[in-house]
Parts: sequence; structure tokens; C-alpha cells
Amino acid sequence: MHEMGIAQELVQIALDSIPGEIENPKVITVNLKIGKLASVVEHSLTFCFEIITKDTPLEGARLNIDFVPVMVHCKFCDNNWEVTGPVFKCPFCEDGDVEMITGREIEITSLELTE
Amino acid sequence: MEINIQKRVLEANETQADKNRKFFKEHNVFVLNMMSSPGSGKTQLLCKSLKKLMPNVRVGVIVGDICTRNDADRLDVTGAKVTQINTDRFGGDCHLSAPLIFASAEGLGCSDLDLLIVENIGNLVCPAEFDIGEDARAVVLSVTEGEDKPLKYPLMFRVADVAILNKIDLLPYLDFDAGLAKDNMQQVHPHLPVFEVSARTEEGVEPWLDWLKIKVFEKTGK
Repeated sequence: MHEMGIAQELVQIALDSIPGEIENPKVITVNLKIGKLASVVEHSLTFCFEIITKDTPLEGARLNIDFVPVMVHCKFCDNNWEVTGPVFKCPFCEDGDVEMITGREIEITSLELTE
Repeated sequence: MEINIQKRVLEANETQADKNRKFFKEHNVFVLNMMSSPGSGKTQLLCKSLKKLMPNVRVGVIVGDICTRNDADRLDVTGAKVTQINTDRFGGDCHLSAPLIFASAEGLGCSDLDLLIVENIGNLVCPAEFDIGEDARAVVLSVTEGEDKPLKYPLMFRVADVAILNKIDLLPYLDFDAGLAKDNMQQVHPHLPVFEVSARTEEGVEPWLDWLKIKVFEKTGK
């Protein structure tokens, strides 16, 4: 349960990204990209985010999460595929040294503010 | 109005982890991040490992727990330099982060070490997510935990460079299938080296330490 730490980092980055010249900024959406293998539970993150954004420009903002599929590359047979369960063994050569292409992201991509 | 950001949320930790890596390289010390669920026998395995490694390999240990310095007290008797991190007195962080490791490593002093082992907080989820600037990650699974743990906690076994199946002295009394556990680890992480060990009887400890000594030598030349 490290979502509080992630929420705190997320809020700090978001607040630092709001240009100072905007008067009374109000964020309505925080867009995120989270890999399906990242250890982040959506409702825990949302819960923590709601608690720590009280009385900030992020209060009431929605977390819009784009979940990124787990894509893997086999260094042995050079195939790429999407992993949908915990098995990472290459389905093509059934061996292979595999590396992850995507699926571990925890990124903030943009903020949407009221005009 | 949309503000474009494109930033990794754990960037602050990752930046510190890179600084840690530089610090460890400057001190020519190999760093192993040891992770597992609570009660897998990490501390017992470390006690036995340190007794065999010291003094030829000079070892320091950073041990993380939410509360108590029980593990540090157990490890102190090995003669290794040991420091304890408590993340809170009652219910703190579930993992060790890069800034905590840096402060502890500086406090411990790394110039007279060949190997620094971080015994992470017992947890198969969160520690896998946090880079601490280590050179290798070890995951310990004990035979009392169930063969399917690698499938239930795939990220931990994905990020590991080596796995240790501990408490094999208990196998005659359990229905645990060690072959299946090993196969599950390698389904998640093909070619993951797995060492079957009993920290209690010391069976299998030497091959695991040989693997570790080679890794230390490859980085430090020591």
C-alpha cells in the first residue's frame, strides 16, 4: 500500500506544473498513464488523492487513468506480444530472454483546467 | 485549458536511485536488494550467509522494518556493519525508498565494504516498485508460502535477478512442490536463477553464495 506516496508525488508534480500567472487555478482532470503491471490500485490512489488535495487547486479533480498493456519482447526470437496474465515465457520459442517494453509506467501526462 | 506534463511520478525516487548508484560505484561496493514476504527467513539466511562471507568479503547490511530493531540485533553478532531503518514506530511505509537508503548508506560508511545488502521490508508488492540504486535484486520465497506466489505477485519475480527457495528442510513435512514453485518463477521470469536453500541447516547456502561472490567480483574486482 504505497499509493499515498505515489499520490503525494503526483500532487507535487501537478501543483508545480500550474503556471503561476493563472489566477485561482482549478484542475478538473489529471491525466495519467499507468502500466498494468505497475503496483498501483486505482481506488486506493483515488482515495489518497482525494484526501491530500483538499483546499488545493486539485480538489475535486478526477484522475483519468489510461492503463497501458504489458508488452514484452523476446530477445531470443525477436517477437513482441501482449502479456495478459503472469506468464512471461515466450509463446513463440517457449524459451527466450524477455524484456518488458511497456506495462510499468506511472506517469502524469497532462492537467485539464477550467478556462 | 490543458497543460502538457509527461513526467514519471516516481521521478524523485528514480533520480535519487541514480545518485545512489553513483555513490556505490565511487565506493566500489556491490549492492543487493533482498526482498520477500514477511517470515520467509531473510534474516536467518543473512545471518548464515554473513558468517560464511566474512571476513573475506566485507559486508554491510541495511535492514528495514516498520518497527523494532530485532533483525539488526540478530545480524550484529555476525560482525558485519549493520544499520536498522524503521519506517515508523507503528505502521509506516511498506518499502524502502532511495532517499532512505542513501542516508543509511552514508551513515554506515561504504568505503570499507565490498558488499552492501539491503534487507527490505517484508512485502511482495511495494518494494518491487522502488529502485534504490541496487546492482541486483534477490527474492526469497519459503516453502511454507505456496507454489503459486510467483504467479500472484508477478512484478516481484519479474524484477528479481535471482530467487532463493528457503526452508527446504521442511519439504518432507509439507505438500509443497518445489519443482512447481521453481517452474512458476521461471514462467514469470524465464532463466531466473533459483537456489534451493535451508538457512537453518545451511543446505544449499554455498551455491547461492558462490553466485553472489561472482556478482560482487564482476562489479568490484574484489
